[in-house]
Amino acid sequence: MIMSNFWSIWITVLTLIVIAGCFFILRKMSQNNTGIKEGESMGHSFDGIEELNNPLPKWWSYMFYITIVFGLIYLAMYPGLGNYKGLFGWTSSNQSVRSMEESKAAVESAKAENRLSQYDREVANADEKYGPIFAAYLATPLEELVKNEEALKVGGRLFLQNCAQCHGSDARGSKGFPNLTDKAWLYGGELADIKTTLMNGRNGMMPPKGGLPIDDSELEGLAEYVVKLSGGEHDATLAAQGQGSFMKGCFACHGMDGTGNKFMGAPNLTDSDWLYGGSRGAIVESIQYGRAGVMPAWKDILGEEKVHVITAYVYSLSNK
Amino acid sequence: MKFSHELIEKNIGLLGIFTVIAISFGGLVQITPLLFQKDTTKPVEGLIPYTALQIEGRDIYVREGCYNCHSQMIRPLRAETERYGHYSVAGESVWDHPFQWGSKRTGPDLARVGGRYSDKWHEVHLIDPRAVVPQSNMPGFPWLMDNTLDGKLTRKKMEILSNFHPDDNMYSEEEFAGAQKAVEGKTEMEALIAYLQSLGHALK
Repeated sequence: MIMSNFWSIWITVLTLIVIAGCFFILRKMSQNNTGIKEGESMGHSFDGIEELNNPLPKWWSYMFYITIVFGLIYLAMYPGLGNYKGLFGWTSSNQSVRSMEESKAAVESAKAENRLSQYDREVANADEKYGPIFAAYLATPLEELVKNEEALKVGGRLFLQNCAQCHGSDARGSKGFPNLTDKAWLYGGELADIKTTLMNGRNGMMPPKGGLPIDDSELEGLAEYVVKLSGGEHDATLAAQGQGSFMKGCFACHGMDGTGNKFMGAPNLTDSDWLYGGSRGAIVESIQYGRAGVMPAWKDILGEEKVHVITAYVYSLSNK
Repeated sequence: MKFSHELIEKNIGLLGIFTVIAISFGGLVQITPLLFQKDTTKPVEGLIPYTALQIEGRDIYVREGCYNCHSQMIRPLRAETERYGHYSVAGESVWDHPFQWGSKRTGPDLARVGGRYSDKWHEVHLIDPRAVVPQSNMPGFPWLMDNTLDGKLTRKKMEILSNFHPDDNMYSEEEFAGAQKAVEGKTEMEALIAYLQSLGHALK
């Protein structure tokens, strides 16, 4: 952090004045200025307790002197006096960066001049240690990586830290947050599909009533038809009505046979997996108000190396 | 009267004044220079001013005491940046009055929570955290769904905020004029989620 000369001098001068002031006050207070001999009465007593003219305790005043000396040595070694950088040129991090680009540039230039901040050194050391491991994972095709026990363990850790908040620590999800341990995949369950989902995120896009001219009175029938599609017990007449409504356009995403479309994330309605619940009430709610589940994009937050490993882990959950 | 040790010792008012003077040296050295520094007074690149709805959300964040358990300050330690992203810098907090750095993490840091979870996740999680994270000990905030905003003070809040930064032109006339409309009828939940989703995008 660079400040103007004025403030740099301001800080330096005030700091040194305060330290010097402490020193002189301490010295003055250590002298006997009372005119009374050491150890003799100061001339007043209270409740029979007499105040004697005793000097400051030696251990205490020596500690104070040591603190002053420590402070001066510290200020010589570390940045504390305005723009003075200290003997070691130590910094904690690049606190004055104003964008990601500046942050990266600051690390690069510091590296070139061999004066990395403490944080950047910590990161550089870690990169040296773990970088090759992740690079090797990334270079391994996912088909191979899913057989690497160690990689799966790493992926599991990353999953717990970044994915469990929505999908659960057991990856079984909850209402609205997909179960990753089954074979039902909105956007495809192949390795490449999973990786795309993780990297770029997904945006569910079921508008209310599919954006179709469907009347509220048709919802019951539609839900009945959806129940029929998934093989549940149903009212045949009502389901037939629902099929009529379905043909108004639901098939565009869910398919004529209701098996869905992974390119749009349209769920398969013929299986028994329900992201938002499979009861008639829940199905009506899904149709009436639409659903728009969002999977955030992780490529900027975690980077491809980690996403690659997590992909293998997620795949392994349903392909044991 | 002679100026002596005894004079200060026996006059509590005088002792108080000298104490304040002694302490103020620390403030003069550590605080005053920061008020005149670009690093601490100018926003980082791409720091978007809070929208009307986000301002209301921020006030709910303060009202509910979120800062008691959540910090908004990622320290420059690898263990933190691995989990939360780039460490926080001063220029990211310039539009926060008061700042929400917090001092304790019972829950995770929220400085870069924006975009990490979906709006729906936040809603489910704020109503009942254990619905999505069974191990969570965060309280639920279901009333946020019931309370709606009237936006009567939103414009005023924006004006006060922009008065802190007269050079930055935080809001246009249209934004001031549309402030109440932008939040009227919205639930507190929507406002809080809008605020949370806005956090930490500048350095990501």
